[in-house]
Amino acid sequence: MDKFRIMVQFLQANQESFMNGICGIMALASAQMYSSFEFTCPCLPDYNYAYGIGILIVPPIWFFLLGYVLNNNISVLTEEWKRPVGKRRKDPAVLRYMFSSMTQRALIAPVVWVAVTLMDGKSFLCAFSATADLSEFLNESYPILSKKELVKFQARIPCEDVFDGHEIISIDAATRYIRCFSQACGWSFLMVITIVAFLIRAIRPCFTQAAFLKTKYWSHYIDTERKLFDETCKEHAKGFAKVCIQQYFESVSGEIVPQSQLPTKKGKGKKDDDDGEKQKSDEEKLLGIRKEEDMNKVLWNWHLCKPALMLTKRPEDMNGHAHLDTLSLSKECNHHTPVKTTAVAYYSKV
Amino acid sequence: MDRLKLVLQYFQSNSESISNGICIILSLISVKLYTSFDFNCPCLPQYNKMYALGVMFVPPIILFLLGVLVNRHTGVLMEEWVRPLGKRTKNPAVVKFLLSSVFQRSLLAPMVWILMTLLDGKCFICAFSMNVDPKYFTGIPNSTGLELIKIMAKVPCKEDVIFKNSSFRKAVSRYVRCYSQAIGWSILLFFIFLGAVGRVLKPCFNHATFLQTRYWSNYLDIEQKLFDETCVLHARDFARKCVVQFFENMREDVTVRMPLSSALRLSTIHNEYEEEEEEHLHGITRQDQVDHLLQTWYECKPELDVTRMAYKPKVCITWEDINGKAMFSEV
Repeated sequence: MDKFRIMVQFLQANQESFMNGICGIMALASAQMYSSFEFTCPCLPDYNYAYGIGILIVPPIWFFLLGYVLNNNISVLTEEWKRPVGKRRKDPAVLRYMFSSMTQRALIAPVVWVAVTLMDGKSFLCAFSATADLSEFLNESYPILSKKELVKFQARIPCEDVFDGHEIISIDAATRYIRCFSQACGWSFLMVITIVAFLIRAIRPCFTQAAFLKTKYWSHYIDTERKLFDETCKEHAKGFAKVCIQQYFESVSGEIVPQSQLPTKKGKGKKDDDDGEKQKSDEEKLLGIRKEEDMNKVLWNWHLCKPALMLTKRPEDMNGHAHLDTLSLSKECNHHTPVKTTAVAYYSKV
Repeated sequence: MDRLKLVLQYFQSNSESISNGICIILSLISVKLYTSFDFNCPCLPQYNKMYALGVMFVPPIILFLLGVLVNRHTGVLMEEWVRPLGKRTKNPAVVKFLLSSVFQRSLLAPMVWILMTLLDGKCFICAFSMNVDPKYFTGIPNSTGLELIKIMAKVPCKEDVIFKNSSFRKAVSRYVRCYSQAIGWSILLFFIFLGAVGRVLKPCFNHATFLQTRYWSNYLDIEQKLFDETCVLHARDFARKCVVQFFENMREDVTVRMPLSSALRLSTIHNEYEEEEEEHLHGITRQDQVDHLLQTWYECKPELDVTRMAYKPKVCITWEDINGKAMFSEV
């Protein structure tokens, strides 16, 4: 039991921490990309705004989509959304929950990019230097420029190497002013995002907590089921291949290893034991599916008609459906497993 | 692998140490954020104060909210606060204890930020350089024709052209920074003193009640973790059985070619794994049962009484001799 606990904790922690790790890596990648990106403002009145705001908005959209692409759960979500109803009804709350948790994770890298861009100030400087009201930084003793010339002149402010009007305007003061505005926007943006996240996560338990527990359980279940199905298919394929190859060899050699002798091999030493067990586990792995058409049917129906979420009782019920040729064998098997009668006494510890 | 397991066990067993770790990480993030932030005082009389006080107080609010968000106990606290009464009474002292522990941990990162801004001094210089009376300092540049307040507002900006060859700016900066650092150290000393007094005097008041509330708040945390863990295990076994059942149901529609598969199923070799699987399902095998379980967990939490489970009758086999004396007993 302890082994299971540790494994489950590790897996659960691992899966969540894996997703959080991807989030963190993308956020760091976004910050690193910004610092290594060489920002070159065009310094032309018609293109400054487009470039500045483009740098602010286009990479976040790209990171957001990348966040969806890198998330494994997107295919689980679309599969669950698109499947036919089959024997299992669909719960829209589960779909919403999965979508919202994926969106929350995908939003982290874009937020980091926008925040870093605003704190740095270069994009705002590029976008708004041409159109901002910088009259208080202009040198009053200089003749007033026409509006068009002023715009063209101000557009060159972000490019320090081509700017030549130091006597007309105090470039440091103007730059500081616009950067300060950009940083204020950045902090306000972060504040708004944090308050929204706080309201969503900390205040949510006040509303629909029971429904939340349900949707969380079933979305995790869907994910686990899918993984186990893939695992079972892999195991089945392995078993199928092994038995297929063995059958082929047997058909070529003409010898048939009688299958019914396998259970009795048990007592004959360790090696046979292992073989016997392995053979049995291969057989069990096949779960009764031994033909190509059957396997195709399994895979086809898995999507088109998902089974109901109801576990029936195990083997004893199934044998009721067994065919005639198993009757004799079941009698035989009864000899192998004599029913034991034991007298037990129940003692209470109280 | 074993070492990793040990480390994981240590961290998972002690949720307090996880919370402390996260708290410290947030403080380090706050320090890193401050050092990488490019402080850009506008040096204009109408915007200086607003900018500087904004930089001093807005990030702490953000860090505080983040600290509350990231703390596990927030979820436990909110759930305990809003749940219906059910079979379990609510203890407001536990809620208060959890709230105070969440707040204490979340306040560390904001305090670190505020102390760093005060000890560094840039925010104070930007905000309060205009309030300094310039007549105490020599060398004020009055040849530029600007108003006095505009000159004072430009003090935080080192590169400004009016302060070339003048020690006035440096003198005023030093003066304001000295004030800022004094306030910073006083606040730090005050909080350390408060913390020390609080810790020393706490056992003098209501220690027994404190022990109880600490126990029950820890219990709530562990209970929620174990419930989530049980749900995860249950989902895994439910999924496994569902998948196997699905494969087997497909088989029903087809003629059984190898009758031995059912014979093998009759084998009495139950591996331990199968037995443990049954254990994890705890009899919950249908969707509506799971839904009902989860609904009831929230709406009607069970009472805190495990006598029935702890004293479940166990099978005990006793070998007695002819006289009825017990020779050997096996539980």
